[in-house]
Amino acid sequence: MSEMFRDKIVIDLTVNGEAVQARVPAGQHAVDFLRQELGLTGAHASCEHGVCGACTIRIDGEAVRGCLTLAAQLDGSDIWTVEGLSDTDAIRDLQQAFIARNALQCGFCTPGMLMAVEELLSKGGVPDRAVIREHLSGNYCRCTGYEAIVDAVESVARARADEVTS
Amino acid sequence: MTLQFGNPDRPNSYIGKTVPRPNAARLVEGRGKYVDDIVLPRMVHVAFVRSPFAHANINSIETADALSVKGVLRVLTGADLAEVCTPWVAVLAHLKGLKSPPEHPMAVDRACWVGEPVVAVVATSRAAAEDGAELVDVDYEQLPVVTDMMTALDKDTPVLHPEMGDNLAFQRINEEGDIEAAFAGAHRVVSAQFSTARHTGITLEPRSILVDWNPAEAQMTAYHATQAPHMMQTVLAKHLNLAESRVRVICGDVGGSYGIKVHVYPDEVATAAIAKIMGRPVKFIADRLESFTTDIHARDHKIEAKIAVDKDGKILGFDVDDWTAIGAYSVYPRTSAIEGNQVINLCGGPYDFADYRAKTTVVFQNKTPTCQYRAVGHPIAVAITEGLVDMAAAELGLDPIEIRRRNMYADDAYPVTSPAKMRFEGLSHHQSMDKLVELMDYDALRADQAEARKKGIYRGIGIAAFIELTNPSPFMYGIGGARISAQDGCTVRMDPDGSIVALSGVTEQGQGTEAMLSQIVAEGVGVRPNNVRVITGDTQVTPYGGGTWASRGAGIGGEAALRAGRALRESILEVAATMLQADQNNLDIRDGEVVDSDTGAARMPLEELGRIVYFRGDTLPEDLPRELVQTRHYITSEYPFAFTNGVQASYVEVDTDTGEVTLLKHWCVEDCGRIINPQLVDEQIRGGIVQGLGGALFEEIHYDEEGQLLNGSMADYLVPMAAEMPDMVIGHVETPTKESELGAKGAGEAGTAGAPAAVMNAINDALRPKGAQVSAMPFTPERILRALGEIED
Repeated sequence: MSEMFRDKIVIDLTVNGEAVQARVPAGQHAVDFLRQELGLTGAHASCEHGVCGACTIRIDGEAVRGCLTLAAQLDGSDIWTVEGLSDTDAIRDLQQAFIARNALQCGFCTPGMLMAVEELLSKGGVPDRAVIREHLSGNYCRCTGYEAIVDAVESVARARADEVTS
Repeated sequence: MTLQFGNPDRPNSYIGKTVPRPNAARLVEGRGKYVDDIVLPRMVHVAFVRSPFAHANINSIETADALSVKGVLRVLTGADLAEVCTPWVAVLAHLKGLKSPPEHPMAVDRACWVGEPVVAVVATSRAAAEDGAELVDVDYEQLPVVTDMMTALDKDTPVLHPEMGDNLAFQRINEEGDIEAAFAGAHRVVSAQFSTARHTGITLEPRSILVDWNPAEAQMTAYHATQAPHMMQTVLAKHLNLAESRVRVICGDVGGSYGIKVHVYPDEVATAAIAKIMGRPVKFIADRLESFTTDIHARDHKIEAKIAVDKDGKILGFDVDDWTAIGAYSVYPRTSAIEGNQVINLCGGPYDFADYRAKTTVVFQNKTPTCQYRAVGHPIAVAITEGLVDMAAAELGLDPIEIRRRNMYADDAYPVTSPAKMRFEGLSHHQSMDKLVELMDYDALRADQAEARKKGIYRGIGIAAFIELTNPSPFMYGIGGARISAQDGCTVRMDPDGSIVALSGVTEQGQGTEAMLSQIVAEGVGVRPNNVRVITGDTQVTPYGGGTWASRGAGIGGEAALRAGRALRESILEVAATMLQADQNNLDIRDGEVVDSDTGAARMPLEELGRIVYFRGDTLPEDLPRELVQTRHYITSEYPFAFTNGVQASYVEVDTDTGEVTLLKHWCVEDCGRIINPQLVDEQIRGGIVQGLGGALFEEIHYDEEGQLLNGSMADYLVPMAAEMPDMVIGHVETPTKESELGAKGAGEAGTAGAPAAVMNAINDALRPKGAQVSAMPFTPERILRALGEIED
């Protein structure tokens, strides 16, 4: 590896609502930075090239692959991980629905899956099952066979829609 | 007192209810603790230099450049590790003739597959270790390769391990009756070739291990993503020359296993050896390419098979010739002959017939070793059996449901021994089939199929009945000499405040083991499940056990937990009877309180009993036993395995222009005996089905003729995604095993066992009007178009 990649870059960002300043290797991936430097181990590295979605995090409001993003690119960004969304109760209903429907087994894909689901649900409305399945096709789950996840997402979409209209 | 399972209103009736998994809450919050989440003081990382060739001598290894990389601490070769770690030979005595050469944690003189570890580079970060690994210069001398299964035994094919004499690892014929006569006298004989593709498990969490060696205490601690912590404890102790009591294997959260994480991997043992050499924690996390080249592969089979039937569609016999290639070594310690052996034990499984011959031929080749992956051998045997049954039905003009009903063992036929010499204690093929037909509304579906066909849409219905081997006894591994426990244990303890802790030898990988155990212990003791803290996956504290494989967690681990829980209940009641001056037989424990068993009137909370026993034992009679910790072990003994049964159906649409298959819906009726948690069982079956669907439609590891793996990434190796998967309807019949009080059999593999055959039969049902048929998995658009004659080159 060339010396260029050993260069460190200073970044200023917000992670889960807290200000973070760090000096990161230029070649470090965002998911590795969050896991190794900040101890936020909820996002997982799995396929390591943007296919499986286990590393999905929220960057400036969008669900993004943490394994395809460099830590250096996070400068100035607002980052949310599953830990932050849990602490703020932002996705409590979704998490409860996943537990109630057993929409997770080993749990390795779950934090990334929740990020992708929340991105879909934040658009509002009640997406039909085909739309849910299509939206989640960037997030692999090897345990559940997906049906329980689709059920859980559908139930939360309905509940949130009811809340809006009632 | 026996549990009144038939009475849903019985006290503490938690067995049979859906209760949430205690570990799910932290997993949805990202608070899981997988091996890669663990950081230890002075921890270092290892990266492996792996053979780029399928077969090569290692002439020399140059490490100086690697050592010059900042952060690299040590570079070790196979010879270095051989000094502290003995090699293993993966054979089992009861698989007669099985042979395999000694295998080291890293190649010493010769590498035998692409991905075999050759050099280990240890550094302060994984990135530095990888930088170092790139600079290791290995002088390889390429050797001739063996890659084709069917020519592996030919005279002019080089012998992979010359000291073995030939490339045959194992061969066995399972024979009963007079197969030649059966086929000679048959009304019809239908034959076909089948193949199942080499694929792998794709756990989202890659294989992971972190090993610490504390030389001052002579203590090894391995944090390991494994299904069998006690087996690993024994293996590490044996090959690193340690006492088993000095090896602690801790298995926390595991990100998917499916059989992939029940084996001994050379790089993982190497990691432990390096920890012992360096005296500090060493972490190895496989990257995705390493997962593809070094996780075990499975299902690489080619089969020629035929079925003989009489004019009424009664099956007379099966004749099966199965071939499989297992890579360069048999995998330790379960061996790579089990899959082929299962195929020849399981063909024809649901059916009552007389004459049987099945032969498996297991050969070596220069590819990644294969071994047991979810539903070992079953998807292959079910595809052969159910493919042939459907083809025979079509020849005779019989409905696929009808031909099966004419041949399945009668529900009152048990106990019975099959022509393959499998012993069935009690199965429910006909009840299950009836339920399936009802659930899927078979006649309506046939009408829909006919309607669609009028419009030029090709839909098909596929049925696959199956048996599934669960609750293994020592007949699976122990009798062959493997130190793999078929017994399992559970310790149940009451703490002073009346809360319960259960320590079990079976493990949790997401299937819900801990929820299942909490329900059983709760019912056994008489408390609520959320008052039972379940601890699994720590060899230092849990009773010795086998862990999780062959669908044994609920049936074996669950029974041990039930017995331990009930023993604790008796201990508590003995103390309570003395304290209350009551007859122990008139007391019960309900919702964490000692009550009168007749009236349910509260007599004493467990908290009070705990206070007295732990802090005021002086007030109790001196000779009163007060053992509020009870351990029980359980092993099956009457049957080698508890077979389950079930039947699946698939409804598909085949686009005859593009060859694409759309899965419209899937059904499974399964009989796993006593159901402890209905939701968890259903979700195990759904997840299992989807892994089977992956094998049927997408999953195939490709190699070229030189033994180079061609699709080692998730972009190139397809697995099921949400958009392509169908909704699945699950139904149950419950035939509890009489071997245990709990009556549970396994449920985790049935989905995978039957799904590929159901899809194959559905595709062929759709294609039949076109005169096309497929039997080589995965059923890719290309293969379907070739079957249709749309592609001919």
